[in-house]
Amino acid sequence: MNLLDVSHVSKRFGGLTANEDVSFTVDKGQIVGLIGPNGAGKTTLFNCVAGYFPPSSGTIMLDGQNIAGLSPEACARAGVARTFQIARTFSSMTACENVMTAAMLITRSVSHARASAMRWLAFANLEHFADKPAASMTISEQRRLAVARALAIQPRILLLDEVMAGLNPSEVKQAVDVVLKIRDQGISSLIVEHVLEGIMPIADKIIVLDRGRKIADGTPRQVSSDPQVISAYLGDA
Amino acid sequence: MITTTRMKAVAISLVCLAAALVIPAVVQSASYLNLAILVLMAAQLGVSWNIVGGYAGQVSLGHAAFYGLGAYCSTLMLVKFGVNPWIGVLCGGLLAAILSVGFGWSCFRLKGHYFAMATIAVAELVQIWFTEWEYGGAAVGLYVPMDRTGWLWMNFATKLPYYWLALGLLLITLAVNWWIERSYIGYYLRAIKDEPDAARSIGVNIARYKQIALSISAFFTAIGGSLYAQKELYIDPNSVLSTALSIKMALVSILGGVGTLFGPVIGSVVLTTIEELTRTVFGGTGRGTDTIIYATLIIVIAVFYPTGVVGWWRNILRRRVLNTASNTADSEQSSSQVAGAAAVKGGQV
Repeated sequence: MNLLDVSHVSKRFGGLTANEDVSFTVDKGQIVGLIGPNGAGKTTLFNCVAGYFPPSSGTIMLDGQNIAGLSPEACARAGVARTFQIARTFSSMTACENVMTAAMLITRSVSHARASAMRWLAFANLEHFADKPAASMTISEQRRLAVARALAIQPRILLLDEVMAGLNPSEVKQAVDVVLKIRDQGISSLIVEHVLEGIMPIADKIIVLDRGRKIADGTPRQVSSDPQVISAYLGDA
Repeated sequence: MITTTRMKAVAISLVCLAAALVIPAVVQSASYLNLAILVLMAAQLGVSWNIVGGYAGQVSLGHAAFYGLGAYCSTLMLVKFGVNPWIGVLCGGLLAAILSVGFGWSCFRLKGHYFAMATIAVAELVQIWFTEWEYGGAAVGLYVPMDRTGWLWMNFATKLPYYWLALGLLLITLAVNWWIERSYIGYYLRAIKDEPDAARSIGVNIARYKQIALSISAFFTAIGGSLYAQKELYIDPNSVLSTALSIKMALVSILGGVGTLFGPVIGSVVLTTIEELTRTVFGGTGRGTDTIIYATLIIVIAVFYPTGVVGWWRNILRRRVLNTASNTADSEQSSSQVAGAAAVKGGQV
């Protein structure tokens, strides 16, 4: 069975249709890339799945439970974790405290949360930053910290919003490594990404949005040779 | 290094506690003892306010509503029904905690400055209501009868017992704050203050935790109000429900250091002393000179030390750490630069 089943989701803001009749699925342990030109509605769709916007119509099933229209905190409890385009780390806290706060969804005990946080920091190669204030870390480190924080709620699916944007090639590689490690944990990832060199080699499936509609859905190879995708990215000839 | 700073903090708090215990024995003048009581009471209010205003970052300028509720609840119960003030104080606290749900329901849908403005409006409504309420004494106010004195009736002819009451209440409030700061609730409140959207993404029901913080804060603020009524033996809407009082609670925290355990205590020592000194030295003119000087000093502190006394002190400590680090080893230069960046960043927050 599919872990995440998005079916016929539309999202309208007044007269503006950001997503129209979008359907796709994510299997357990899959890495699925969500790509498309600017304004294609990727982030809106993402926000619908994470509970930040209720969809205007359609259903979003997570493991048999309809999560469409639930609040962000209820989605998090149901097993959806997310990151943001800007890392949104808790700036008054250390790296460890950031992750601890998330781990407290699983355990109310501060010492258990600390132990869990140290494991997730190590997972994201940030263990030596544990006592550093989050605000003093670089953008790349803060993004990975946000990933560690999201993982600490022990999600079934992780939504990553442009984790690789603006990173240099070695930082992109670090981010890719973390995403692959997440798959090894059996956690699915849905990744909104502009950096196609980062996402194409690792994705099991790519979904392409254009002007709010899904125009392609398949393996990275199928999608990159799709004439509709090429015209969406390069414009009509 | 963390453990030594923690031990230092414990040592400093123990010294302060010892000083607080010795003050009544040393201070003979009634007016200085009264100043000490005022400092303790303002500190307790600041610490209470800090739970929602500091840790959760929801700057309320309407806390006088809870203070007044507490004062009126215990006093009315005593005057009208002869209920023991110890019970009345507790009832006032519980009443404020329950009514704070309505307060939160109406104000928490707004953010930042709009939230602060809404809290002022709610508190003003409460004040107007009490001013018109005949049964509650209306604008004339209420007197606390002096017929039954002693610890059982929380009513004393001398000031000293009020000192112990204020100190005890402050210590209890600090203990609760300390517990919140260390529990998961404290982490959630800081997360809500820093990044509310990110807090929701990790499963924090931000409406619920803001309300929990507000209710605890309201409970202790109301108890502070009841204590005021028992000490002054007279309350009216202007003395326990005015916006100036709400602002004072916020100021004590902000000047001392928001979101820190002892910040409001330090803020209260500074602010209450300045307030009382300017009043005794310049208050007799009748031209409000004391208020002008008081306000000017607040502006000066706010401009030069926006993070409060605690933030200013932490900055000094960080700089000292940074200096020793760069002096001892050149190889550690990079790490000290990071620490320096952190210190600068901390100073801006």
